[in-house]
Amino acid sequence: MINIGEVTETNKMVEQENLDVRTITIGISLLECIDSDLQRLNDNIYRRITTVAKDLAEVGKKIESEYGIPIVNKRISVTPIALVGGAACKSPEDFATIADTLDAAAEAVGADLIGGYSALVSKGMTKADEMLLRSIPMALCRTKRVCSSANLASTKTGINMDAVRLMGEILLEVAEQSKDRDSVDCMKLVVFCNAPDDNPFMAGAFHGVTEADAVINVGVSGPGVVKTALEAVRGENFEVLCETIKKTAFKVTRVGQLVAQEASRLLGIPFGIVDLSLAPTPAVGDSVADILCEIGLEYAGAPGTTAALAMLNDQVKKGGVMASSYVGGLSGAFIPVSEDQGMIDAVQAGAITLEKLEAMTCVCSVGLDMIAIPGDTKASTISGMIADEMALGMVNQKTTACRLIPVIGKGVGDTVEFGGLFGYAPIMPVNRFSCEDFINRQGRIPAPIHSFKN
Amino acid sequence: MERVSDKVIITVVGKDTVGIIAKVCGYLSEHTVNILDISQTIVSGFFNMMMIVDMKDADRAFHECQKDLEALGEKIGVSIKCQREEIFEKMHRI
Repeated sequence: MINIGEVTETNKMVEQENLDVRTITIGISLLECIDSDLQRLNDNIYRRITTVAKDLAEVGKKIESEYGIPIVNKRISVTPIALVGGAACKSPEDFATIADTLDAAAEAVGADLIGGYSALVSKGMTKADEMLLRSIPMALCRTKRVCSSANLASTKTGINMDAVRLMGEILLEVAEQSKDRDSVDCMKLVVFCNAPDDNPFMAGAFHGVTEADAVINVGVSGPGVVKTALEAVRGENFEVLCETIKKTAFKVTRVGQLVAQEASRLLGIPFGIVDLSLAPTPAVGDSVADILCEIGLEYAGAPGTTAALAMLNDQVKKGGVMASSYVGGLSGAFIPVSEDQGMIDAVQAGAITLEKLEAMTCVCSVGLDMIAIPGDTKASTISGMIADEMALGMVNQKTTACRLIPVIGKGVGDTVEFGGLFGYAPIMPVNRFSCEDFINRQGRIPAPIHSFKN
Repeated sequence: MERVSDKVIITVVGKDTVGIIAKVCGYLSEHTVNILDISQTIVSGFFNMMMIVDMKDADRAFHECQKDLEALGEKIGVSIKCQREEIFEKMHRI
């Protein structure tokens, strides 16, 4: 039988160490909504989402209250809209009407965000894909809850450099459109290499075409819990350190597994996966960077950071995999800058640079995330940064991503405020040398060789 | 699918005074909630109690008991929480 010590430990994790379920995400296939008439398509989408997800908010609240575990977000992901809208949309404006529908449907069922305003273009772009990508600035500007993503590369197909070039321009357009709000709409746009079909986290969640009609995916979070557990083993050897991280990750993931199963039961939708990611928030004590400091670094970014992060990421997976029957999504430590107080401190202390962050993304998910850069950064430079990150994912057979925020009208030394869970970010300097001629080349970078690995 | 268990963990935390257990137990017996296990400790003057109860035959729904006990806690100056047992079971048992 459970004893008082165990009960106290669990409740302390929730009350003092920010343990929470970061998101319950319902993945909904919209393939059955496809119609060549735009109005009918929009009606079908609205009906489908508001039917499948109608109890989402209520079920979230019920689980929260019965188990005493906060569920921070209730979200929806849908089939990439470029596929769904291809038959009906003749222009980017047509696509943007689907964004309006998604926004309205998400609001109607009380979902915080809805992801899947996406295109999968890792090898080539159809006309519909390109129209969707070109409609992103319009779509993000006039909706509140819609998140957009694009898969630009994969280990099997290489990097679609035409799409990389286009996304550099699109990102600047999104920044320009929301410049009166510190280019905040860029937070809702992410580009991937090897994007997972079952990611519950935003902005990159979409319901992949390999998935069933509807599915429940859950993302847990617990950097604070790991940090506190490591405080008790200061100075111990790596074996003890690793064991402690694994045990903690096990406990945290079990909560995710329980919530996922319960949500699946109450909503009558099959359980998909638990995403093991360590997802920080700006709340004090809820930081991945603080874990790295607890492991023994003065600041995140100090020499040794990549090794410490690789170890942390691997142990979290090893502990988490045993705790859940199905693991998927991104499943790694997130290292966003603005959403992590320890990262913000490291930037402000001059301990971490974009180049070090890039190196860190080789050993953990998910990529250059929530990084504010000067608003006068050229589109080709942004595309160059994206291409670098895509190359890391492609060669290392892992997911990588870029969520950059060029803040129009601001430069290095300024700070931007995103509000709430998104935190604030000091603007980081970008390498000022040009890659324009490289980015202006047409076509794609071929897939890498899968043998002779060195 | 039916819920596996009706076991609920009640935790009471607060300043130690006379009659905390009596009041909580009084409420539970009034609503035919069966107590399976009680343990308590006092940590630096703070009262810390955990009960495992079975709500199978309770005459009030889980969320009503939860609300009532929370209100009772406020009245006697302690914090009372009700949670389904599974969250602890899953976290601490393989």
